[in-house]
Amino acid sequence: MNKIVKKEYYSDKVVMFEIEASLIARARKAGHFVMVRQGEGGERIPLTIATADKDRGTITLVIQNVGKTSAKICALNEGDYITNVVGPLGKATHIENVGTVVCAGGGVGVAPLFPIVEALKKAGNRVITVLAARNKDLVILEEQMRAHSDEVIIMTDDGSSGNKGLVTNGVEEVILREKVDMCVAIGPAVMMKFVSLLTKKYDIPTVASLNTIMVDGTGMCGACRVSVGGKTKFVCVDGPEFDAHQVDFDEMLMRLSSYKDQE
Amino acid sequence: MIDKKDIAEKRSEEWREILRKTIKAKDRASVDRVHMNELDADYRSSNIEEVNMGLTAEQAQSEASRCLDCIDPTCMTGCPVENNIPSFVKHIEAGNFLLAAKVLKESNSLPAVCGRVCPQERQCEAKCIYTQKMGKDAVAIGYLERFAADYEQLHGASDESVEIQKNGSKIAVVGSGPAGLSFANDMAKLGYELTIFEALHEIGGVLKYGIPEFRLPNNIVDIEINNLRKMGVEFVTDCIIGRTLSYDDLHEMGFKAIFVASGAGLPRFMNIPGENLNGVMSSNEYLTRVNLMHAASADSDTPVYFGKNVAIIGAGNTAMDAVRTARRLGAEKAMIVYRRSEEEMPARLEEVKHAEEEGVEFLTLHNPIRYEGDEKGRVKSMILQQMQLGEPDESGRRSPIEISGATIEIPVDLVIVSVGVSPNPLIPSSIDGLKVSKWGTIIVNQANMQTDVQDIFAGGDIVRGGATVILAMGDGRKAAANMHQYLTEKSDT
Ligand SMILES: Cc1cc2nc3c(=O)[nH]c(=O)nc-3n(C[C@H](O)[C@H](O)[C@H](O)COP(=O)(O)OP(=O)(O)OC[C@H]3O[C@@H](n4cnc5c(N)ncnc54)[C@H](O)[C@@H]3O)c2cc1C
Ligand SMILES: Cc1cc2nc3c(=O)[nH]c(=O)nc-3n(C[C@H](O)[C@H](O)[C@H](O)COP(=O)(O)OP(=O)(O)OC[C@H]3O[C@@H](n4cnc5c(N)ncnc54)[C@H](O)[C@@H]3O)c2cc1C
Ligand code: SF4
Ligand code: SF4
Ligand code: FES
Repeated sequence: MNKIVKKEYYSDKVVMFEIEASLIARARKAGHFVMVRQGEGGERIPLTIATADKDRGTITLVIQNVGKTSAKICALNEGDYITNVVGPLGKATHIENVGTVVCAGGGVGVAPLFPIVEALKKAGNRVITVLAARNKDLVILEEQMRAHSDEVIIMTDDGSSGNKGLVTNGVEEVILREKVDMCVAIGPAVMMKFVSLLTKKYDIPTVASLNTIMVDGTGMCGACRVSVGGKTKFVCVDGPEFDAHQVDFDEMLMRLSSYKDQE
Repeated sequence: MIDKKDIAEKRSEEWREILRKTIKAKDRASVDRVHMNELDADYRSSNIEEVNMGLTAEQAQSEASRCLDCIDPTCMTGCPVENNIPSFVKHIEAGNFLLAAKVLKESNSLPAVCGRVCPQERQCEAKCIYTQKMGKDAVAIGYLERFAADYEQLHGASDESVEIQKNGSKIAVVGSGPAGLSFANDMAKLGYELTIFEALHEIGGVLKYGIPEFRLPNNIVDIEINNLRKMGVEFVTDCIIGRTLSYDDLHEMGFKAIFVASGAGLPRFMNIPGENLNGVMSSNEYLTRVNLMHAASADSDTPVYFGKNVAIIGAGNTAMDAVRTARRLGAEKAMIVYRRSEEEMPARLEEVKHAEEEGVEFLTLHNPIRYEGDEKGRVKSMILQQMQLGEPDESGRRSPIEISGATIEIPVDLVIVSVGVSPNPLIPSSIDGLKVSKWGTIIVNQANMQTDVQDIFAGGDIVRGGATVILAMGDGRKAAANMHQYLTEKSDT
């Protein structure tokens, strides 16, 4: 049982929770996630640890309300308890100073991107963050990102904020303008697929953080498996980050729709 | 080590001398082996009620009377924890069921579980004189063990919580499967303060998330867990050692030693084309969804496929559990696909028999080589290679050889891959100095279950690879005895 100490709406559908989890707060690094279950009969879902405060003994999760379980969690309030939180899981992001890094986040990928932006900046990189959303209201974490990026480019489908266009337009703009040493892409699988195709064209090493379906999150079931470089990998233990150019995004997209008919 | 003196002493107790003489050996041997009372196959295939209903007291006593109370009870050599079989069986014959349970508990901390899931036909019962010398059905040792243990759970003194003198030493256990539970039981009795850390939100390891209710009801496991709680054992769920807490953290928290019983939880796949299609999954995923997440129940948010044509690849206990679960979730056709013949199947005999009764089809001497999917990426058929048996391989089993060109295609909408598990690498990879074998198992000194890191002992599937409940339990007990010795010697110096 983990107590919610703070709740904040980032948008209609995106909620930030600060919850008590002192052991996880102490152990976690950028890129780690937790498995969360809400209520008896609840499903276990993975959520990235956006930030942690060791002194307060809390971790912060940013949740987009997309379906049953995320809705259940988003409906909780300060003072309520989340039934189960376990972690930190996954491999931590490999952070080093490589020069200039473009961090591309779309939709719910923006939350997991935040700790990585923060860490990359701290390591001395020039960080250019590209945030994409359908419209102005869905742009989240802009202020927080600005505080840790050298530049933030906003892309919206309708041009209601920043530039009109897709995340790939924003990333390509940077690539054409200056030398980019690395790219990090987190967002819906389709988005990561197209960012990956783009950076492959320019031969820029790219890391994608994969958000596959998970059950246990500890390597026990194989529900999260993806093909990377022709080999089957478990995202929860071998990832969640992989060399995007090696990931079979089409297979991943297909697997994400596994339980569509039932939900 | 079997203590021959102890066996002989118990055997010559007066009541047993008398009991032996009440019936002639020849008459004992002419009684037929008891049949387990079972739910009807049609009825049980659509629910999760336990299939085996247990023996009545009369049945148990009659079966116990078959046991010849041998001078040299060979049955005991087949039991990995050397239960004093004739001793507990004779207590049953005499009607002293609680005493029978007491004898069992001296060597086996989970008799209600082992009586249900041990592969008896390969262990104790295989070594019974009836099978060895007389060409008859063995004494039903497993059924009797279950009977005594269940009787105790129902009628035993509930407030058995004897005050144990605590010795102030804190011990950490990683994993709450049979190895961890039995270790904790012995150590708690010695006065240690135990904390069991479990990664999942449920306690019990495979006994909970793997083996289904229709074979091992959760409440049987829960009773054992509650007994440990009564002895003061603490459980911390949602805590992954190596992740949430490190080895160093455990030291800081004051733990004097650690027992690693983290199991062999990682599923293996065959790496054949189409294995990542939707509708192809590991038996671990399938059983975890159903048993741990209760996916088949209407109150559960976790989804599961209700396949109509279901194939399970493999023929071990896990495969039998998966295929029978699929049947219960409405599969019209539930198939076991196995590359060898029925004779080589590693599952318990009783499970194979129950599966057959429940209408499971057996495609032996077939091996999948590819899966085909529909336009949405869902599996729609499997291509099977037909096999024949060749010479025995290093495992002593005849090895399957492909019949060139002989393949068949069978429609399926759910495939469950159950071809084995590997040890969980989390612990070995997070503690420096732990040695692992090429299979990923933790290497221990077989004599005392101690690892290369002095204060870490290990046992169960993490040391053996996928093995059995009784072996895991035995390891737990052995580790407890040796850790106690290690800690005592350490504090003496
Ligand atoms: C390592 C990792 C980290 C993640 N971090 C975050 C995070 O920080 N914040 C956050 O909001 N979400 C995150 N996710 C995604 C989150 O786990 C899913 O959104 C969640 O499981 C959906 O559950 P649900 O019951 O609410 O929706 P469901 O009812 O299960 O699904 C609703 C819709 O979302 C789709 N969907 C389901 N699971 C996923 C998924 N994993 N990725 C994309 N689409 C999915 C379904 O196909 C369906 O269309 C992460 C996923 C992974 C694997
Ligand atoms: C479906 C199925 C059916 C089976 N049927 C039979 C049968 O009929 N008869 C039989 O004898 N055997 C059977 N077995 C095998 C038997 O269950 C195992 O050999 C036995 O459970 C191993 O016990 P264990 O204590 O070593 O590990 P497990 O029971 O696997 O328990 C390990 C526990 O440790 C936890 N854990 C892992 N890593 C960590 C960590 N880092 N921190 C905290 N916790 C951790 C896991 O979540 C798990 O709960 C079956 C197995 C399966 C899967
Ligand atoms: S523990 Fe298993 S092997 Fe030993 S006597 Fe009981 S059923 Fe037989
Ligand atoms: S070998 Fe068989 S008959 Fe002899 S003591 Fe053991 S169970 Fe009884
Ligand atoms: S979620 Fe089960 S193995 Fe990754």
